[in-house]
Amino acid sequence: MSEELLEIKDLRIEYHTDESVIHAVNGIDLSVKKGQTLGLVGETGAGKTTIAKSILRILPGLQAKILSGEIRFEGKDLLSVSEREMRKIRGNKIAMIFQDPMTALNPIETIGFQISETLKIHNKLTKKEARKKACEMLELVGIPSYRYDEYPHQFSGGMKQRVVIAIGLACNPELLLADEPTTALDVTIQAQVLEMMAELKEKLDTSVILITHDLGVVANFCDSVAVAYAGEIVERGTVEQIFDHVAHPYTEGLFASLPRLDRRERRLKPIKGLMPDPAALPEGCSFCDRCPYAEERCFKTKPADVELEPGHIVKCFRVAGGE
Amino acid sequence: MLKFIGKRLLMLIPVLIGITLVVQLLLEVTPGDPAKLMLGMNATPERVAALREELGLNDPFLVRYGRYIWNLCHGDLGNSFMTGRPVFSEMIQRFPYTLVLVCISLFLSVVFGIPLGVFASTHQHTWKDNLAMFAALFCVSMPAFWFALMLIQRFAVKWRLLPLSGIASWKGWVLPCVALALGFTATITRQTRSNMLEVIRQDYITTARAKGVSEVTIKYRHALKNAVTPVIMVVGGMFGMMLGGALISETIFSIPGLGQYTMQALNSRDYPVIQSSVLVLSLLFAIVILLVDIIFALIDPRIRSQYISKRQKEARTDQKKEDQEKGAAHSEGR
Repeated sequence: MSEELLEIKDLRIEYHTDESVIHAVNGIDLSVKKGQTLGLVGETGAGKTTIAKSILRILPGLQAKILSGEIRFEGKDLLSVSEREMRKIRGNKIAMIFQDPMTALNPIETIGFQISETLKIHNKLTKKEARKKACEMLELVGIPSYRYDEYPHQFSGGMKQRVVIAIGLACNPELLLADEPTTALDVTIQAQVLEMMAELKEKLDTSVILITHDLGVVANFCDSVAVAYAGEIVERGTVEQIFDHVAHPYTEGLFASLPRLDRRERRLKPIKGLMPDPAALPEGCSFCDRCPYAEERCFKTKPADVELEPGHIVKCFRVAGGE
Repeated sequence: MLKFIGKRLLMLIPVLIGITLVVQLLLEVTPGDPAKLMLGMNATPERVAALREELGLNDPFLVRYGRYIWNLCHGDLGNSFMTGRPVFSEMIQRFPYTLVLVCISLFLSVVFGIPLGVFASTHQHTWKDNLAMFAALFCVSMPAFWFALMLIQRFAVKWRLLPLSGIASWKGWVLPCVALALGFTATITRQTRSNMLEVIRQDYITTARAKGVSEVTIKYRHALKNAVTPVIMVVGGMFGMMLGGALISETIFSIPGLGQYTMQALNSRDYPVIQSSVLVLSLLFAIVILLVDIIFALIDPRIRSQYISKRQKEARTDQKKEDQEKGAAHSEGR
């Protein structure tokens, strides 16, 4: 059961703009086991979406450069397979659900076409069979199948996100990359959509990378967690390891900034400062400027990964300091 | 949808009346006397006055306009001052030439312009895009008559591949059509490219790519279909400009089309011909614009939904209810 489905090693990605080079992803390691859900947490601009897009190799070709790294999926390095082979994986073995359902659907095609298109590409289905399967997918995500021939503008935001999920799950992928699937939705719909995703995941035995900045969602739906900060994974481990034994100051800060209902507090406790400019990262630890425990060495050298417990890996001098 | 088309066609009536009025007014203030022009320099004032009386030019403006509209309603476009022949039959004879010229040119512009625009947009920041854009800029900037003369110089005079003028065979059509089409091709290319650049940055293109759709399908089905609506609008507008441009092409290549006819009429102040030509051209233009709106609706469901009449909407929801009931009955049956 504990077989690794996806393994990312030392992935580095840069975006080249006219003025500067943006270090979006700086040597991350990640792994997802079969049938499990990994929560990828971090604030805006931490490189979460870039990681997901690089797995599918759909980064904007002209600006984004993958400098180094390996993305192993079922034993194959996705960064070195041909474009043709990659197309067979996209939507079929690895599918992605996008952040904003309002813009993720083609406004001038029926939702039915958009679902059955991916079915037709990856399975040799006739039009009729594809339509039947797409209708099944619609019913599965809770949309009556008679709406097959309707257009995105005839659906509400929550319904559109269901359609996007139906597209993602249509070919029964091994791995689903869900990029903030509920961020654009209001809270009640969020719960519905998440619940539905959890159910479908069980039913179809899909592994999921859930990108989010909602720790509550992570606690409910994920098996393991990776915390991204300025293009690095600063801490990763199982949900229990992270939630019960926080090790990295940034993760600590994330938890501290959550509003607590069981204590009477007037203000939230944000992490002070901003994430460093990804075009000019500090020499030492990327979190040093905001870290309450920062020491001199933190500003000079980058901390290495330390394995606290099997599977619980932290990038901080503080936990390694005991040596 | 049919109701919408009917409404639009009815709206044409006031538009056309307005056009006739404007043309009549313009002719009123244009200097030049058709009677004098017809009789030549040496005509006596008495003869000119007699001819003016005969042509009805001495009547007050409103009387002349009323008479024109009255005749128009009876399908009579009047007789040409110069030849005395009925304008209608003359126009019927010449109209096909202009229509063929404009349609071929438009077809060429679309067939070359759109793929070129797609090509340029998908090769942005490369020399291919730069070259295409430079060529397009050049073609947009140069007037059609310059192209016509240059093409004649090369293909007809120097290499003797194509006839100098006239349309005795299909070869005669090549140069006028190309000369007319070049500028418009460039406009379509530029328009397509800029719209495509906008569309290929949209999220749904990334969605399509993530589904494993091939690049060609992404370009032509997902992106172009979304990018093409503003281009169609431009093409519709171009049709009108082309009718104007045809005038120059027809004159240079001596094609006996409507443009040439109008040109001659303008020079001799042949009022009935001018009026009828403008009327026919604007009618044609209005119909093309209507066609553009219909194509819009066919491509974009969001526009289409505005045109659907209430009755149809009700019929649709009824259908849905029925489906639901059927579905419910079906599941109960299980």
